Amino acid sequence: MNENHIKPPEHPLDDLLRTDRIPHIWCPGCGIGTAFSACLTAMKTSELDLKKMVMVSGIGCSGRAAGYVKLDSFHTTHGRSIPFATGMKLANPELNLVVFSGDGDLFAIGGNHFIHAARRNVDMTVVCVNNLNYGMTGGQVAATTPHKAKTTTTPFGNPESPFNLPLMAYASGATYIARWTTLHIRDLTNSIETALKRNGFSFIEVLSPCPVNYGRRNKQSSYEMLKIYQDKGIIKNGAHPTEIDIDFDKGIILGDFIDVDRPTCVEQYDKTCRLI
Amino acid sequence: MKPAVLTGEHFFTGDVACAEGALAAGCRFFGGYPITPATEIAEHMSARLPDIGGTFIQMEDEIAAMASILGASWAGLKCMTATSGPGFSLMMENIGLGICTETPCVVVNVQRGGPSTGLPTQGAQSDMMQARWGSHGHYEIIALSPASPQEIFYQTITAFNLSETYRLPVLIMTDEIVGHMSERVSIPSAKDIKTVSRLAPKGRKDRFKPFEPGPNGVAPMPTVGQGYNVHVTGLTHDEKGYPVMSVEAQDEMMKRITNKITNNLDDIIQTQSYRLDDADIAVISYGVSARTSLSAVDEARKMGIKAGLLRLITVWPFPEDQIRRLANQVKKMVTVEINLGQIFLEVQRCAGNKIPVALVGHPGGTIIPPESVIDVLKEPV
Ligand code: SF4
Repeated sequence: MNENHIKPPEHPLDDLLRTDRIPHIWCPGCGIGTAFSACLTAMKTSELDLKKMVMVSGIGCSGRAAGYVKLDSFHTTHGRSIPFATGMKLANPELNLVVFSGDGDLFAIGGNHFIHAARRNVDMTVVCVNNLNYGMTGGQVAATTPHKAKTTTTPFGNPESPFNLPLMAYASGATYIARWTTLHIRDLTNSIETALKRNGFSFIEVLSPCPVNYGRRNKQSSYEMLKIYQDKGIIKNGAHPTEIDIDFDKGIILGDFIDVDRPTCVEQYDKTCRLI
Repeated sequence: MKPAVLTGEHFFTGDVACAEGALAAGCRFFGGYPITPATEIAEHMSARLPDIGGTFIQMEDEIAAMASILGASWAGLKCMTATSGPGFSLMMENIGLGICTETPCVVVNVQRGGPSTGLPTQGAQSDMMQARWGSHGHYEIIALSPASPQEIFYQTITAFNLSETYRLPVLIMTDEIVGHMSERVSIPSAKDIKTVSRLAPKGRKDRFKPFEPGPNGVAPMPTVGQGYNVHVTGLTHDEKGYPVMSVEAQDEMMKRITNKITNNLDDIIQTQSYRLDDADIAVISYGVSARTSLSAVDEARKMGIKAGLLRLITVWPFPEDQIRRLANQVKKMVTVEINLGQIFLEVQRCAGNKIPVALVGHPGGTIIPPESVIDVLKEPV
């Protein structure tokens, strides 16, 4: 045996990772890994039964998360993680559903499902990694791309305006809403833990750098993006969702915005439809 | 409170009989979306399921309805959705996910005239080819075509049993005419109804592979929440469920999902022969058109024409052997279906150049009158 052989150190999240699938596909400098490990850490610290925890993803860079977590995990079709998870939750309300996916997946192709799951208050936690573009396919414009930003399909700058995701979640009926960046790891982890432990539809937006596509075309390295998160990030817990725009020049409002109680989809169904 | 199995004599529409068949088969989750002429199935399930411990949800569209039943299936329930043409088109991508991830469920298509919005309130059988390969990629599928409310009750149970046995979405390709006709439906007692449930895995959970074929070519299926830590993906995957992007993995996976059907054709395919023993002409038909054909055959016999009927209860996988054998026996085949020739193409393919194959069809909106069939049967062979 080679004496110099060094056993690679164990990662504190190894027990939640499919280590046989590592290395992952995410690019150097990408923020998804940070959001992913915040999610796994929250799962651990929540002390919830991991046997009952299920991760469901759609398609895209963030959608690959389900392939790395050592839980029951589902990598579904593009945009359809939420209705897949809705069926699973209704079929077995004991399960704890975590949808981990990207902005393109959840808010363009899957936008309709998002608003309806929020309206129904399906008990699930949706973590949206918002990298402002379609990373997997090479950096096309998304429903979250800032006005005038360059992408491969907006070579003259984005003529459209982006969604404000927490505002949409609020208008649709989500009962817990937060926004953080991959720089705010502790806050992010705490918010995910809160979301996992509470009942109802919880939504957490995570602003995350995509240096390879969005960053490259808009002259922002991963470091510069994190610097923007630091300089422009303004934490306003409890801020009203109509006042939480993302303005990369003036300020990015972050925080735990909404936490209200409303009967969940399953509770309402049992109370209304089961006439026993 | 009504029991899950409504034993007794009833006067049901095909749609209601389908819903009752599902409940008798053990279906406890229905994710749907309203569409004519399938809406009554959802309505009936919404009233019945909560009473017997099941769950109904009306989703935001058919894409979501199909996704929801796949999710519910992995949570361990027998699940169904029901739709018609436009909704069937929207379900196609997730039907493919169900095929690729070997997820049992039942999808009912109460066919109406198409293309597009077509004839919402009038029947057709023009989605038969879409049923075969409407989702992208190559795959095998099972599709049944019941001809009456009584039969749709039983075939829905069969559809569930096949989907649980072979781990795939099974299609019930009925039509507006059967869906909306009311007839007598007898429901036996629960103990006389044979139901099948997916095989549960045995042995060590950490070594279990959710896609490793068992003796009949099908892997046992775990339920989420039991510690199997399964990974399920629509990407090409190995027996463990892990994505593998290689020619070899694609080949292996495709063999898994196609062989389990093609190696079990005798168990899957059902046909019914009527007056074929001495027949010169064989009518090949399915669903409501087989009923039209039946009376045409009887009429033709009265005229001294030796006609018989092969009714395809299973349309996919296509009963190739049955058609090939019959082509050696009869002098002519006549395919009867409410479209401009879909299953007709399959019959032609299997009958080869041995005998002529005729089509009696129209583009949809009503049944095929028996007279149209008789006219063709009267033509000299
Ligand atoms: S393309 Fe962008 S989002 Fe995707 S892995 Fe690379 S850096 Fe991350």
